[in-house]
Amino acid sequence: MALAIPGTTGNPDTNCYDMSQSIQLHTFHGGLKLDGHKAISTSHPIKTAELPATLLLPVQQHIGQPADVIVKPGEQVFKGQKLTRASDYISAPIHAPTSGIISAVEERLVPHPSGLKALCIEIQTDGKDKWGEKVSYPDFRNTDIVTLRNHIRESGIVGLGGAAFPTSVKLNPGRSIDTLILNGAECEPYITCDDMLMREHAADIVEGMAIMQFMLSAEQCIIGIEDNKPEAIAAMRAAVKESELAAEVVAIPTIYPTGGEKQLIKILTNQEVPGDSLPADIGIVCQNVGTAKAVYDAVIHGQPLIDRVITVTGEGIAQPQNFLALIGTSMAELVAQAGGYKPGVKRLIMGGSMMGFALATDEIPIIKASNCILALTEVEQPPAQPCIRCGKCEQVCPALLLPQQLFWYAQAKDFDKIQDYHLFDCIECGCCAEVCPSHIPLVQYYRFAKTEIWNQEREKVKSDIARERHIFHEERLERLKKEKAERLAKKKAALKNRPKVGDAEAKKSEIEAALARVKAKKEKQTTTQKNIER
Amino acid sequence: MIIAILSISLLATLFGLLLGVAAQRFKVEGDPIVDQIDALLPQTQCGQCTFPGCRPYAEAMAAGEADINQCPPGGEATILALADLLGVDPKPLNEEHGEHSDVKEVAVVIEEYCIGCTLCIQACPVDAILGAAKQMHTIIESECTGCELCVDPCPVSCIEMVPLKQRIEEWRWPYPEQPAIQTRTVTT
Repeated sequence: MALAIPGTTGNPDTNCYDMSQSIQLHTFHGGLKLDGHKAISTSHPIKTAELPATLLLPVQQHIGQPADVIVKPGEQVFKGQKLTRASDYISAPIHAPTSGIISAVEERLVPHPSGLKALCIEIQTDGKDKWGEKVSYPDFRNTDIVTLRNHIRESGIVGLGGAAFPTSVKLNPGRSIDTLILNGAECEPYITCDDMLMREHAADIVEGMAIMQFMLSAEQCIIGIEDNKPEAIAAMRAAVKESELAAEVVAIPTIYPTGGEKQLIKILTNQEVPGDSLPADIGIVCQNVGTAKAVYDAVIHGQPLIDRVITVTGEGIAQPQNFLALIGTSMAELVAQAGGYKPGVKRLIMGGSMMGFALATDEIPIIKASNCILALTEVEQPPAQPCIRCGKCEQVCPALLLPQQLFWYAQAKDFDKIQDYHLFDCIECGCCAEVCPSHIPLVQYYRFAKTEIWNQEREKVKSDIARERHIFHEERLERLKKEKAERLAKKKAALKNRPKVGDAEAKKSEIEAALARVKAKKEKQTTTQKNIER
Repeated sequence: MIIAILSISLLATLFGLLLGVAAQRFKVEGDPIVDQIDALLPQTQCGQCTFPGCRPYAEAMAAGEADINQCPPGGEATILALADLLGVDPKPLNEEHGEHSDVKEVAVVIEEYCIGCTLCIQACPVDAILGAAKQMHTIIESECTGCELCVDPCPVSCIEMVPLKQRIEEWRWPYPEQPAIQTRTVTT
């Protein structure tokens, strides 16, 4: 399927590289030229999906802390109404995509590689699509930046490129930003939602970028689009010309994974983002084009993130195309609207063919991060053979890692060593597995190692707490023992100091004291009894 | 001759003093290797290793009196980490001490049967059981290490071990199937 041409630059025949392009392009290490399979889903315009009878909204659709549910079953909700409240700085709420009644707040199957259930909110739609309260700031240039950022946060906007990181956090970099990059690369095979969005809503995207530029006071604005999308490039260039924004649309060579944030930054600015830091640390903020559209919708029209464009494609789909679908729409419903499955579907994937994950069922909702539903007919993965150390994986790795070393240590479960080889810089693009002549599922090994390391870290925290509690427990036992010994010693001493027999005066006072004690006790008992009777 | 002896003895005194000061200044309290081993143990304090808790086991290991494969709750991961730290070859878990389970369990008191005898409270190594004499007891789930030490002391068998529910955030990717090693046929 793929042909490995490390470091290849784009096709010189493409006419997207017009003379006005002033930005010098650079290259990143490795990468692959893949068969895009994109044309199959770009022949139809974006279709607005039909309003489904029920919507299922997973509460956790973002990276970060979970949000708290603020609605109850049976409650009437209106379009755009908040259903959850962000619990922390890095968190995002979700909103009702249409009006209806909350029918359930319970654990359901969600799109996740584990196939496990998670807390969801189910809405029975009423078909009225009635809006609730709308807040918008059309005159954003005369609005306070903090207000805008809070509005974006309250609108539940997260990165729509796939990572779903809260956008408001990215728009609060804590330092000055030189360059704002809009990522329209969309390098993964089959996915065309950003391409179609740029073709049809270029002006909105540019306006969204203008809002972000205003918030960040970025000096330079670049829109990076792969040169296999000439229509999108043309549309975006026209939109930029119409707008006040001084942005540059740059056609970049089609090499997978140019859409990776760090790879795109390297191509456009020749700057490398260090492994343990963020683009903001070197003065760059990178946002997906879909996110820019969502920011536009929220700020100008007061529409929170309640829908997105999603590609339904693959050889197993009758009419592959893009839909504008409400978040929470069932995947099965979207597939049905795309003409249903063709015979011989073997695998259903959320995401693209390189980085997506397989789904066990289509009876699950789309979420904010769902950019593609892919139905594949042929999936022949030959059995894995031992690594022959050919080094092809190293040549294609865009993160400059040594995939075979990572594989070696993941296989041996040596989680210290694998981190010395910078496992966490791996972006799981799958280039190494694609070129591996032994067909080793390399990315699976890396994913295994990553989640295993996270688990060990969690266990470590837990065991540290248990150790502390155990030490405290031992100390407590020791203390009790000591206290008991002291008490006994005191009593013994008291006995020793007892007045000798014959000292009548002392004896008398002792008897009196004992009587007084008994009396006091009796009185106390009666009062308690009285209390009980009452 | 005398100059040589003097200078050598002067140097010796000087370095002796330096070493003495350094020994005082950088004195290490306790045995660091025991701390390092203890840090790798899961701290369930279950005693399955035959030692009364994780630290005594760590001390025994540091003294060379215990093997690295006696901790069932830690399982393979702990054995690998210990082997790495102590510079010995990893070995499979000694089944005599119990089996490793990937599914974490916690103790739960069946509250209708609890008679409030406090025996389980006394048995808990991490004080994760709440209750008082003749009052119902309950287990703080987040603090329970799943050591099972409270199960046997209960005179009415009202403590059960239940598996912890797998949370989606804590889900782990499975270990991929091993690459098939194909036997090569040699043609002559």
